[in-house]
Amino acid sequence: MLLIRCPYCEEERPELEFRNAGEAHIARPTDIAAISDDDFEKFFFIRANPKGIIYERWRHVHGCARFFNAVRDTVSDKFVMTYKAGEPKPSKLPGVSK
Amino acid sequence: MKKYSVFAIAREAMRGHKGWEEQWPSPEPKKSYDVIIVGAGGHGLATAYYLAKEHGITNVGVIEKGWLGGGNTGRNTTIIRSNYLYDESAGIYDHAVKLWDGLSQDLNYNVMYSARGVMMLAHNVHDIQVLKRHVHANRLNGIDNEWLTPEEAKAYCPPLNISRNARYPVVGAALQRRGGTARHDAVAWGYARGAAARGVDIIQNCEVTGIRRDTSGAVTGVETSKGFIGARKVGVVAAGHSSVIMQMADVRMPLESYPLQALVSEPVKPVFPCVVMSNTVHAYISQSDKGELVIGAGTDQYVSYSQTGGLHILTHTLDAICEMFPMFTRMKMLRSWGGIVDVTPDRSPILAKTPVKGLYVNCGWGTGGFKATPGSGHVFAHTIARDEPHAINAPFTIERFRSGRLIDEAAAAAVAH
Repeated sequence: MLLIRCPYCEEERPELEFRNAGEAHIARPTDIAAISDDDFEKFFFIRANPKGIIYERWRHVHGCARFFNAVRDTVSDKFVMTYKAGEPKPSKLPGVSK
Repeated sequence: MKKYSVFAIAREAMRGHKGWEEQWPSPEPKKSYDVIIVGAGGHGLATAYYLAKEHGITNVGVIEKGWLGGGNTGRNTTIIRSNYLYDESAGIYDHAVKLWDGLSQDLNYNVMYSARGVMMLAHNVHDIQVLKRHVHANRLNGIDNEWLTPEEAKAYCPPLNISRNARYPVVGAALQRRGGTARHDAVAWGYARGAAARGVDIIQNCEVTGIRRDTSGAVTGVETSKGFIGARKVGVVAAGHSSVIMQMADVRMPLESYPLQALVSEPVKPVFPCVVMSNTVHAYISQSDKGELVIGAGTDQYVSYSQTGGLHILTHTLDAICEMFPMFTRMKMLRSWGGIVDVTPDRSPILAKTPVKGLYVNCGWGTGGFKATPGSGHVFAHTIARDEPHAINAPFTIERFRSGRLIDEAAAAAVAH
């Protein structure tokens, strides 16, 4: 089971308190009816599914109930960092060489 | 290839079993092949086998990062069924079940297919409605599936607890008698032996690191840890790593990879005659011919390539098993493991041509690909050989996520993931 640091509660809590909410930093189109089928596919279905560093959303459902973002290595399942929703995608990651 | 038979056993017994030949050689890769298959799991090896057997394409290389059958083929719970809801799914999964029946004879290799029946339990009114809908849909598609009362279910599977006082009482069940199990390793080995005998090279411990394309964008071969290998046609059958391989050809996939776990108990005498699944309490269980109870757990909730998962996922499914079968509460679990499954948004596979000329993909089998192995390989070989899909896999395109023509089988999964 993962230990996840909620950036709002500012403490590590067991995974059972959280719900994964998929890939982060996917912007919902402002006028979804106007976009092309290609763009809708990219937004709705296509996923990075990286082997390595992933940016993903979590929700602390059994805690503060708020969404936040996390950076995690999908090979080791270790978290690099978590940060609040709305904050920009971190360009430099602590402890990651590439 | 020397044929396996009772006479071969007798002959070898007479001379100290010195004459058995290796089941497949381990060749160095050629400079080029007509077709390269990336991934030597069951689906990849079946594809190579049917390319050689049905389409006469024997200059085929199957390239495998690890050892053959070492991914999800060797990690699944070996259950076979075709009681899917939609016509498209019923078509492909029942194509597989028809091939399972007779596969041992076809391969001259005992895959131990045992049609012991797959029983899905209903615990409430909603389950009854869903399962009866499946029974009717299946029968319209010519697939056997029948409704059982709790007493009939108990008669078919005596260990079942049908007490009205159970926490989740059994109020009925759907039974597919042609469903069952097979020996997963033997499936990979049988296809590997059959393919190698027809001239297919199986290259293990060779990782694909890139897909090379010419100026028109067409595939010309793959970069590997053993150097460049040329081919005008490349079929990607890489399960959980499909996104990673397809990215090498700049194709982004509608896939996410999750860990899926299973576990087995200590081996005991035959106590459990069929496969039982319950979606509501999230449990499914069967007994292998070796005697172990084989139990499937759920997926973790996050993307991962770790081939391991959370312990709470296993204990959750064991809670359900113990509730339904109190006699198993004191069984010791021997081993648990995880595999990485590639899941599509509509929970149906992709077996198709891709936007890249010469590149084909067979992926997205999610949590239930083993049962489809023969059918998947059969129609994927057709797709590669003819450069057009077989009628059975024609709906399973990669474009359906743009057109919206989804095959939304999510509700038909044996257990919710």
